[in-house]
Amino acid sequence: MESASVPQSPALERPSSLLAGGTGWRRRAKDRTMTVLIAGAFALAMIPLISLVYEVTKRGLPGLSLAFFTEDARGVVGEGGGAAHAIVGTLVITGVAAAISVPIGIMGAIYLNEYGEGRLRRALTFFVDVMTGIPSIVAGLFAYALFELFLGPGIRLGVMGSVALSVLMIPIVIRSAEEVLKIVPNHLREAAYALGTPKWKTIVKVVLPTAFAGLVTGVMIAVARIVGETAPLLVTTGVVDSMNSDPFHGRMQNLAVYAYNEYRSPGVFKQAAYDKAWAAALTLIAIVMLLNIAARLVYRRYKTEIR
Amino acid sequence: MLGAATKRKATEESRQTMSDRPAGTTSTEPVTKAGRGAKTIEARDVDLFYGDFHAVQDVTMTIAPNKVTALIGSSGCGKTTFLRSLNRMHELTPGARVEGHVSLDGEDIYSKGVDPVEVRRLIGMVFQQPNPFPTMSIYDNVAAGLNLNSRRVPKSQKDAVVERSLRGAHLWEEVKDRLDKPGSGLSGGQQQRLCIARAIAVEPEVLLMDEPCSALDPLATLAIEDLIADLKSRYTIVIVTHNMQQAARASDVTAFFNLDATGKPGHLVEVGPTNQIFTNPTEKQTEDYVSGRFG
Repeated sequence: MESASVPQSPALERPSSLLAGGTGWRRRAKDRTMTVLIAGAFALAMIPLISLVYEVTKRGLPGLSLAFFTEDARGVVGEGGGAAHAIVGTLVITGVAAAISVPIGIMGAIYLNEYGEGRLRRALTFFVDVMTGIPSIVAGLFAYALFELFLGPGIRLGVMGSVALSVLMIPIVIRSAEEVLKIVPNHLREAAYALGTPKWKTIVKVVLPTAFAGLVTGVMIAVARIVGETAPLLVTTGVVDSMNSDPFHGRMQNLAVYAYNEYRSPGVFKQAAYDKAWAAALTLIAIVMLLNIAARLVYRRYKTEIR
Repeated sequence: MLGAATKRKATEESRQTMSDRPAGTTSTEPVTKAGRGAKTIEARDVDLFYGDFHAVQDVTMTIAPNKVTALIGSSGCGKTTFLRSLNRMHELTPGARVEGHVSLDGEDIYSKGVDPVEVRRLIGMVFQQPNPFPTMSIYDNVAAGLNLNSRRVPKSQKDAVVERSLRGAHLWEEVKDRLDKPGSGLSGGQQQRLCIARAIAVEPEVLLMDEPCSALDPLATLAIEDLIADLKSRYTIVIVTHNMQQAARASDVTAFFNLDATGKPGHLVEVGPTNQIFTNPTEKQTEDYVSGRFG
């Protein structure tokens, strides 16, 4: 065996010639094994998702009908009635929650990213992180307790549900908006300052428009997160069978609580009730899907290419 | 800064008569009406810090009006830091601090009660990387100085300002048919000229340029240097450049900054007419740098 002038470490496999190729097969086999394992793990993760969508669609389709979308359940004891009141309720409650959370969340993100410094900023960031983990029932109980303080026990209002959902939504909006604002490059702010622009105007006219697409996406994702929350709404908005679109007066139904209720107390016509519950679940999934698609479309349309 | 406020009002009125001219005429005469126009900057005993780190030490120099002053020196010697202190951009970095005096035509820009936003309206800046606002069209980019400041300007006047600035930046012919297209669709050299148009649209008194050509190819660089030669009749220009040949070509006065060693503050070694600095400098350091013995 000829000895090389430089001692070679035995750990390094050096082929006698490139074309011999003998030592490659072990590595290729390892590569293939890992690919199979990773693909398998992905397939495993997809199974519950696909199975869920399949089941909900299969069981929910029979419950869908024109009546489902146009009638409420007022006075209904039989198979009839629909979930129009629940759909309207979900849209109103979520809409009011977004109206509360979006301004507060975005302004909070602007403060944290553009103005905040030192201890106050660190404390606020910490609290926002804690808030992202609040259990939804706790948010609901908080909203209930708050309104009970002013309006007496047993109060149930649509807006209470919105407040509870805001508590859950605000930290999500703040977090995602903060990330988007951070991505806006500093040299754009400097360009505005060099023109003699005050800081607040730079934020409103340069930073926010540049971050617009990302902000909208963040908001839509936050809305999708809270649209199906059941527990906080159980204790705040109550259960009701008639249409109510006024968040400030009386109880309001929503899809999540409706589905729960139909399943829990199906009455005499069990199958019809279960069908309606599944249909409500399917509608919720459809709403979330539409929101996600809308978020993507907005992002693609409005995103700014930043060199 | 009452003086500046009254001067500004007089200029506002004089600008009204300028827009009576038919659109398409360029204003090529030096802007010297009623106090507007090139001004002198004097720096005296300026020390610049980033937190505890002493970045630039004891700079005293005068920047003359209607001339191009080049700041040259090797990397990290404080030229950009000093430039940014001239329009109060240095203090935007957290922890940054300025000591000493910088005055614009005799008025100290760092005295109490002076609004840094006002200072930056009078002293404009162009950066190394062209940075047009990505959400705005070419027209809106040039007009950004007017839109972002509190002035309410009627559209016809804005049109005139945009055209005048783009002509002044030698960009009008290339973009006049696509003013509503986004600013990011231009080439690097065009973007930088757009940023210059944006800076001169607010008619500053001084124009600071931080290595404006370092991101551009030689042809675009030539275009910008021609532009600078044209602009100096109307503004005071200070340009930081890494490129000695550019300083020799484009400037009237050159200031050479240097570091004694890394970690030490940068300081001004010598300042004088460009011709003299490059052919017959007083300091040995200067001579070593310009003849390429180090850099």
